[in-house]
Amino acid sequence: MNPALQALITIAIGVGGCVLYFWLSNIVLDKVLFPARGPQAGRNINRANLIRPWLFLLPALVALGLYLAYPVFATLWLSLHREVGTTREFVGFANYSQMMGEGKFWESIRNNMLWLVVVPAAATAFGLLAAQLTDRLRWGNFAKSMIFMPMAISFVGASVIWKLIYDARPAGQDQIGILNAIYIALGGSEPQQWLQIPFWNNFFLMAVLVWIQAGFAMVILSAALRAIPEETIEAAILDGAGPFQIFFKIKVPQIMSTIVVVWTTITITVLKVFDIVLAMTNGQWETQVLANYMYDKFFRAFDVGVGSAAAMVIMLLVSPILVWNVYNARKEMR
Amino acid sequence: MDNIAGKKSGLSWAVQLSTLALVVLWVLPTFGLFVSSFRTGDQISSTGWWRALTTQEQQMSPIRIAGEEVERDGAFVIDGNLFSSGGAEISAWGTSSREPTAYEPGTTATLEDGMTLVVQPDGRFVLTSPVTTEGMRLPRVFATASTPPEFTLQNYGNVLFNPLAGQSIGQAFLNTLTVAIPSTIIPILIAAFAAYALAWMEFPGRALLVAGVVGLLVVPLQLALIPLLQLHNAIGIGKSYLGIWLAHTGFGMPLAIYLLRNYMVGLPRDIIENARVDGATEFQIFIKIILPLSFPALASFAIFQFLWTWNDLLVALVFLGTSNEQQVLTANLVNLLGSRGGDWEILATSAFVSIAVPLVVFFALQRFLVRGLLAGSVK
Repeated sequence: MNPALQALITIAIGVGGCVLYFWLSNIVLDKVLFPARGPQAGRNINRANLIRPWLFLLPALVALGLYLAYPVFATLWLSLHREVGTTREFVGFANYSQMMGEGKFWESIRNNMLWLVVVPAAATAFGLLAAQLTDRLRWGNFAKSMIFMPMAISFVGASVIWKLIYDARPAGQDQIGILNAIYIALGGSEPQQWLQIPFWNNFFLMAVLVWIQAGFAMVILSAALRAIPEETIEAAILDGAGPFQIFFKIKVPQIMSTIVVVWTTITITVLKVFDIVLAMTNGQWETQVLANYMYDKFFRAFDVGVGSAAAMVIMLLVSPILVWNVYNARKEMR
Repeated sequence: MDNIAGKKSGLSWAVQLSTLALVVLWVLPTFGLFVSSFRTGDQISSTGWWRALTTQEQQMSPIRIAGEEVERDGAFVIDGNLFSSGGAEISAWGTSSREPTAYEPGTTATLEDGMTLVVQPDGRFVLTSPVTTEGMRLPRVFATASTPPEFTLQNYGNVLFNPLAGQSIGQAFLNTLTVAIPSTIIPILIAAFAAYALAWMEFPGRALLVAGVVGLLVVPLQLALIPLLQLHNAIGIGKSYLGIWLAHTGFGMPLAIYLLRNYMVGLPRDIIENARVDGATEFQIFIKIILPLSFPALASFAIFQFLWTWNDLLVALVFLGTSNEQQVLTANLVNLLGSRGGDWEILATSAFVSIAVPLVVFFALQRFLVRGLLAGSVK
């Protein structure tokens, strides 16, 4: 069957099925199981209302449970087992210790730590700068739009865009990568293969993610800046504060909680970063990161055990943020 | 505050200029690729894209004289034009690679065998020979010419309709569309019902569920890959469109529920309670009141999910095959980066085909996207 046709049918079945499920299950609940008639009408209404939320929630809970909650445990299980013939045997932490014996794993950990420090910091800083600069500008909205635009571009598309920037031609030829062209124009001797200089190439990869994420930070922080009470700024001006003092001593402290939110959100994105590394260096020249290491293990080495162990390491790194978010959400509910 | 303390002009200029610098820095990378996608492969690999926008002087590849020979006044003459299209202007020319700038345009060069050659600035040439040139190797012209900016749509034609390595970008475009649209539409209704229950229905365990959704929001996708691929393979939908639609539905669910619940909680309580008092069932309230009122949140989520599924690489690599009928744009682009890493005209054009749709969606619906971002970042 033509995939496009299949897609249309799936949309129809998916949406129609949903409507039908919710509609029918409500009818069954109200008319058949607990009809609001007869001597027990009152009790039936209460009972129906006790069950109804779960009818509304059921499909979503199934999707969440099957596609997000179950895999966490399944991956944990897989990371503790190893394939022996056709069955899986419990091997304890053997996969983990095998992984820890690999240089590539430690390289990934080191690079991930670098990414974790640099990208959220740089993206938030650029975002804050852009938000502040565009705040009272007449063409501020246009500027924001332009800085926000990379958000819509896929990581792979962004990788192609930046690969052109980092491109290097042999010495003596016209450079077509703008970075090398600038480097040569400023007196650099040899064109550089930016992505093949170990350690520093990590930063050239990070630039791509910073470029994408700064717009996100800007949008959120810009809204936070707007929400600062005008009086606090006016009071500071009356007391003789300069523009930089106003920014660092009055504005930034007031939006600190938003900065933390932006920071953690970008941190989560960084932990999952995969496409950029795969597309630009595929982990060569010491640029490996955890997510790509894991993908390598799963789909190139077909080592499910070690791959799962690497996935669990990512989960472990995310979990402090997970706990913090859940804690905050619960606090807000009360 | 700008007009206080009389510092307005200096600081204001600094702000304007820094903003301009930031905007240029952010737009330039994309713009470079965009310009490149309209240049021929030769142009891209010989000069930087920033030179494409201005008239530039460069030495052209040698052109061999060719044309009909005419006998005129006892001599044999060939005249014609070096360039098939106009616009270029020759500043110097020569007939040997050692001296490519030997002659000014308009001067007459005497060559071997008594031949003479004149090349005009616009590329017209006259070759005069005392004997017939039939069977002779005619001279080559090395011209240094300034050419105006020249752009072509040829790359787009090639990339969209001619398969490269058995895979056309046009087909990949359709595949991506096939993945993205059901993956965007299906989760919305499921999530909306759940969000309503979490926002406006009282039941034990509600707070726990909300916290659970917030927790799942950050669970890395990486964990889900292998267990779900095994599951999909076991029930026979591994590497199929159905599999990836279901996967995207599941992965998009936490954000959908979270966004929609946050929005629905903010709807006025009166409307919902009045409807309840008037005897509306929860189902009716949801369909007739909540759903229409939540349109902005639904739109925000739809845009997010569409951008995410369109731009996704990982889920497509794992849950979808790499055949011509299944490969999506991002997967295709990664392949091209590997196999055609130096062919910038193909890479640039393919990349632009793949980011065109998200960019259009972005610029058309930016308002909803911003609203969604503001509601969706965990406070």
